[in-house]
Amino acid sequence: MDDPVEGMTEQKASQEYKETFSMSKFARQNGTQLGIFAVFIALWALFIFAAPDTFLSGTIYWAFMATIPFFAILAMPLTIAVIAGEIDLSFPAVMAMGMVAFILTYDATGMVWLAFLASLAMGLLGGLLNGLIVVFFGIPSLVATIGTQFFWRGMVLVLSQGASGTLGYTKESLLHPLLVGKIGGVVPVQFIWLVLIAVLCWVLLNRTRFGAHVYLIGDNAESAALMGVNTRRTRILVFVLVGVIAAFAGVVASLHVTFFWPSLGDGYLLRTLASVFLGGTSVFGGVGTIFGTFLGAFIIGAIEAATVAVGLTGFYTQLIYGLIIVLSVTMHAFLRRRMQ
Amino acid sequence: MTNRVELRKVSKSFGDVQALEDVDFSLGENEVVGLLGDNGAGKSTLIKIITGYYQPDEGDMYINGKQVNDLSVPKAREMGIETVYQERALAELQSLWRNIFLGRELKNRVGLLKIKEMKQETHRLMTQSMGFTSSAVNPDSAVGTFSGGEKQGVAIVRALYFDADIIILDEPTMGLSLKETRRLLEFVGEIKAAGKAAIFIDHNIFHVYSVADRVVVIDRGKVAGEFMTKDISLDDLMDKMYRVAETGVLS
Repeated sequence: MDDPVEGMTEQKASQEYKETFSMSKFARQNGTQLGIFAVFIALWALFIFAAPDTFLSGTIYWAFMATIPFFAILAMPLTIAVIAGEIDLSFPAVMAMGMVAFILTYDATGMVWLAFLASLAMGLLGGLLNGLIVVFFGIPSLVATIGTQFFWRGMVLVLSQGASGTLGYTKESLLHPLLVGKIGGVVPVQFIWLVLIAVLCWVLLNRTRFGAHVYLIGDNAESAALMGVNTRRTRILVFVLVGVIAAFAGVVASLHVTFFWPSLGDGYLLRTLASVFLGGTSVFGGVGTIFGTFLGAFIIGAIEAATVAVGLTGFYTQLIYGLIIVLSVTMHAFLRRRMQ
Repeated sequence: MTNRVELRKVSKSFGDVQALEDVDFSLGENEVVGLLGDNGAGKSTLIKIITGYYQPDEGDMYINGKQVNDLSVPKAREMGIETVYQERALAELQSLWRNIFLGRELKNRVGLLKIKEMKQETHRLMTQSMGFTSSAVNPDSAVGTFSGGEKQGVAIVRALYFDADIIILDEPTMGLSLKETRRLLEFVGEIKAAGKAAIFIDHNIFHVYSVADRVVVIDRGKVAGEFMTKDISLDDLMDKMYRVAETGVLS
């Protein structure tokens, strides 16, 4: 019997798919990333125009590379969480709790590396708890992580009795230069860590099944489950990733100043969220990029310096962050509706 | 000849609601079975048990003659069961290739995705099976921009790509145009011609009658009756369906 379908197969099998490059296709597929890149360049030009003394000197950029990583590192796994349709507001407290585990372990054993591992383990535990609450009890992550935020912050205050303390002893360990040293006396190592973590998160998100499932769950969790994606495991892993990296960022931020404050992390909540949303990650899940967050973090970091440099008081930065969060989420929601 | 799927005395309840009660069901090796029943009769629960999405509370299940316990969706797909869901189970913001390989992404030995290969395959499927000819559609296009029929095409091609020999179609004609519906019914015929088996669920009794070898009527969580389509006229089948809807019993 003549089979038309069979014939077609043979005819077209040799026809290989070649990804053609065209500007319009590239623009369509990377619209938000191009948008955020344009905003990045425009703001930069604006800052240079408004405060040339500050933004044309090299020192400000070294300073950015030293201070932006503290929250930019956090913004990377948080981007993954938001793409998965979740949010984690507990990471500032998990940062501090990780440092409490660090200090308690060091006090007990005198081993800095063990203390470092203990803090990462604490982060893992914090993330795991969030994941289990959200996945097995079906609590929206917004609510669950507000709860755990208070819980861990409370735990930090109880265990530390509200006391701060020096971490001067870490300077004798190799851990200190490995996390917050300066290569050649200029390049802050934490910036290298930021790049490494950004690359790691990018690979996870774009080149692994885990990442593919994160996008699918954030887009349509029901469909993902129907097609056999283990949505529970993936979502728990997302929270664990945020927890571990939060603890890591807590250690980096504390070693940088070689001091522990029980309020560690509090100042990072807004900046981190602002970086993620400014970077084009959708509050509704399913859409977002690491590249966008990376640029978003540098914009957020530069705004603080810029407001001061142009002569406004530091009080304005908070106002501007708030404005950025609101504007970027509305803009992205608007653009998304336009595209559909 | 072993049945591709066989359920014996399967029950499933959700809280107080008894969705299925002592259901016996079988699907022959090269058979198209139509599932008929009102909304909430238990059709969806039945197929979601066969696809491994729900686990039965009681009863036994055999796939290709082998008894299976704790079936999961990935396990069912591995055993050759693919489903085209009513809601199509597509992630609309994601690209075509991600949807085709949803839950079954190809990866290399170190666990990284083989993106190029997946796009390549998607392109082949698009041009050969889905009938996409527009140059605006490529493996990177978001599925949300497709028409209803195109989306259904994606869901069907996905089911076929992985060499399934048991294909479940849950309300596949919903939202399709006349032409698209005809194409879909032809497609069910192709499954039969290829020696595979299908379970076809539809509200439209004409569609079911025209493609099914056998019709199973489900009502209030139980099998109310079954007929070979060659032994019953469409009119008789419709009469019986009305009677089931009113009284809950056939004949």
